[in-house]
Amino acid sequence: MRQLDEFHEEAGARGMSDPSEVGHARHIHPSAKEYVRIGVILVILTALEVWVSYSSLPHGLLIGILFFLAFVKFGLVVLWFMHLRFDDARYSRFFIMGFAGACILFLVVLLLFKAFAG
Amino acid sequence: MADTTAHAAPVEHTSTGLPSTKLAMWLFLASECLLFGALITTYVLYRGASTTGPYPSEIFDIRYTSVSSFVLLASSLTMVLSLTAAEKRDFARMRLWLVATALLGMTFVGGQVYEFTSFYHEGLSLTTNLFGTTFYVLTGFHGVHVTVGILMLLSLVGMSWAGRLPDDQAFPVEMVGLYWHFVDIVWIVIFTVVYLIPQAKPAG
Amino acid sequence: MATAASVPAPRGIIRRPTATTGWLSWFTTIDHKKIGLLYGFSAFAFFIIGGLEALLIRAQLAKPDNTLLNADQYNQIFTMHGLTMIFLFVMPMSAAFFNYMIPLMIGARDVAFPRLNAFSYWVFLLGGLFLYSSWFLGGAPNGGWFGYPPNSTTDPTIGMTFYALGLIITGLASSAGAINLAVTVVNMRAPGMTLFRMPVFVWMGLVVQFLLVFALPIITVALFEMLFDRRWGTHFFDPTAGGRPLLWQNLFWLFAHPEVYILILPAFGIISEILPVFSRKPLFGYQFVVFSGIAIGFIGFGVWAHHMFAVGLGPVANTAFGITTAIIAVPTGIKIFNWMGTMYGGDIHFDTPMLMAVGAVAMFVIGGLSGVTHAVVPSDYQQTDTYYVVAHFHYVLFGGAVFGLFGGVFYWWPKIFARQLDERWGKVQFWIMLIGFNLTFGPMHILGLGGMIRREYTYPASLGLTFWNQVSTVGAYLIALSTLVFVVNAVKTQRTAKGLANEDPWDARTLEWTTSCPPPVYNFEEIPVVHSIDEFWHRKYAEDKEGRLIRVPAGASDHAAADGHGGAIHLPTPSFWPLIAAVGLPTIAYGVLYSWWLVGAGALVTVIGFMGWAMEPPVAE
Repeated sequence: MRQLDEFHEEAGARGMSDPSEVGHARHIHPSAKEYVRIGVILVILTALEVWVSYSSLPHGLLIGILFFLAFVKFGLVVLWFMHLRFDDARYSRFFIMGFAGACILFLVVLLLFKAFAG
Repeated sequence: MADTTAHAAPVEHTSTGLPSTKLAMWLFLASECLLFGALITTYVLYRGASTTGPYPSEIFDIRYTSVSSFVLLASSLTMVLSLTAAEKRDFARMRLWLVATALLGMTFVGGQVYEFTSFYHEGLSLTTNLFGTTFYVLTGFHGVHVTVGILMLLSLVGMSWAGRLPDDQAFPVEMVGLYWHFVDIVWIVIFTVVYLIPQAKPAG
Repeated sequence: MATAASVPAPRGIIRRPTATTGWLSWFTTIDHKKIGLLYGFSAFAFFIIGGLEALLIRAQLAKPDNTLLNADQYNQIFTMHGLTMIFLFVMPMSAAFFNYMIPLMIGARDVAFPRLNAFSYWVFLLGGLFLYSSWFLGGAPNGGWFGYPPNSTTDPTIGMTFYALGLIITGLASSAGAINLAVTVVNMRAPGMTLFRMPVFVWMGLVVQFLLVFALPIITVALFEMLFDRRWGTHFFDPTAGGRPLLWQNLFWLFAHPEVYILILPAFGIISEILPVFSRKPLFGYQFVVFSGIAIGFIGFGVWAHHMFAVGLGPVANTAFGITTAIIAVPTGIKIFNWMGTMYGGDIHFDTPMLMAVGAVAMFVIGGLSGVTHAVVPSDYQQTDTYYVVAHFHYVLFGGAVFGLFGGVFYWWPKIFARQLDERWGKVQFWIMLIGFNLTFGPMHILGLGGMIRREYTYPASLGLTFWNQVSTVGAYLIALSTLVFVVNAVKTQRTAKGLANEDPWDARTLEWTTSCPPPVYNFEEIPVVHSIDEFWHRKYAEDKEGRLIRVPAGASDHAAADGHGGAIHLPTPSFWPLIAAVGLPTIAYGVLYSWWLVGAGALVTVIGFMGWAMEPPVAE
């Protein structure tokens, strides 16, 4: 029945249930305490975002700060909640390909429209 | 079927040693980046391009939407707590956190429905102006993604409850979790780009 | 932990299908080979339909001021010709080869997600049928395959709504298929099959899947925006409300230029398999071919605006995209030289697959050169929207992709059907096709430079375009004749030819030829262990001290007979659910056109399909 291993449909699920392998991959996931800590930071950053958006900072600076805060939140969720910080680098490579690709391509599209000119 | 039982399970032999389902999920999320990228680009391109009102500044209630954002962030936290429970094989608690995540998700979607209706009553429909067009379609696409996520969460709870999940329940929870968190990070971007960055009413 | 907790008894309204033979099994199959065949047959059927549309186009243009078709019919036919050939023929035909061959070439028993594979096929087929149902429901799409708004968004007929919905559906099929095949290549390789031992066809397959994964979501968004504009009166591309039709052009070409490589790279892969086998030499510069393929994939995302030189992006943008467009010719040129290097000094056998492959290279070079002339912006101003462009892309897509795909058909026919297509008929087909092709599309260069614009349903005699149009029409009918020759050959072969005398008729180099013809359901009795590029070749031949080939005595190359031993290998069980989930999608699409109730019903069917799918174990008891 060894050959059965060659089938993987939904079997990530089955395959990963090997205790030794899973144990190795799993115990490096953050603890519940750490998750809660990240959650609290996310809430604080969001509150900060809202507060900043009501402030009367110059327009350019305001946008810069808001994007920076969003980026930090984005990073926290991706790195901790989605475990990219702890997981195999190949997952990150896939995701970065999509994320960076999207950022670059669509920035060029907006540039073609001179969307930031005025 | 012997291969799904707890300890007789074979290690999945893949060329990379990584489970195929998880690779596929990340590839799917990478693809979704382009999808939301295109939608957000459309929104950004048409910022301030509406030829008639109502304009965003007249209609947005940042405080209300902030609460929605907190709800969605909280649902990401309950999602990872469910994963922790699953990894500890505490499946009852896992299901509890999953239900909590689904409920928070429903609160978010409900909030969105309420928001849409109130905007509609203030005179902003899909066809009123470019703001209405791009706003409803972008946030609507996101809302549909959240709804699909809720369906997946509830199915997961039901299947776990009925004993129809593979023995390692943490794996499907992790997969659905990846999708759920992705929907959350999309909202992080939408919240900033659509709601927080102030948008002046166009002169003239 | 009890077994009962993890493996519940099968449950549900529908009994799990188990048959792997009989007509019903084709609806429930999740075997990558059967799905490959389904893709192949469906794609070929669409090729015939798309070809008939082309013949109508050429018949209409055979004489000036012709009235065979009116302008409206002509618009629908050229639009459907383009959509059919791109989305319903070349893409699924490539998917057919990827499905059938990739698992065999990397030494796997199936793809990573067999049921998702079936789902992709059914969604593609139903999406294609949905698109074609528009002929009976108020008119086919009529705004060109590129569907530029505001023409496409303001057209009063229903056609372009079908276009948006149909392409969203087939795009979904391709996305699911692409993720599946990409994971298959990354994760399912046999022991020893490192990335740089993979056949080039598999490499090109991998690049194509990544292009699909990243390009399709962009067009999906554009199509949704078009759908909303058409169906619910939004203003995405409505200039009267401040919308920018150019946004569509950007999003469309962001997808559609990578799409060009999605169409051609599979053929490049096939050519790279055929040339070494029939030159009896390893591929010249394997790494260069692979890396240039990857480079084409990356650069392919950075050239989209060269389709928009004439819309007024400004000199900076035009120059930048002119440069990237010229740059992409470099990796493509590298491949051409590698193929010539492969043939150089080889012991060349001109069997039909080889003729097709060489023909593809030669025709692609012509198309590639006219492509470089488009990279020069001032020159492109003259050529854009003329028949010169039509000539160019038919040289690359028909000359390159279709010749390449036919090469693959002749090359792998013995593998798939255990019969060999008749060589004489094959050669006759090749020469008629080559001559017909050049007669059809060669004159279009002249017509285009002479001022004939694209998509015009007729032209006055005074323009002096008549002669070359007539030549072109004669050529088109010759292509049709060559296709007929192929059909006759295929039918005759399946009727009369006996089994293969030799299961390795071409003395091939790659793993798919180590199994029997056709391969057993489980592909390989023992998963092969791979030691080098061209693994099968090295199992058959060694070199003596002077570098001459000597045949390794039997045993190393032998594969055990397929009977008997396969019983111990458990295969995923067939399933109805992918088909059920797929049926829901066109139902939703019809609902968008006609009734919200239908949308609800379709969504319900799809959700039920996915639920049933999730509840069902991959392998039944």
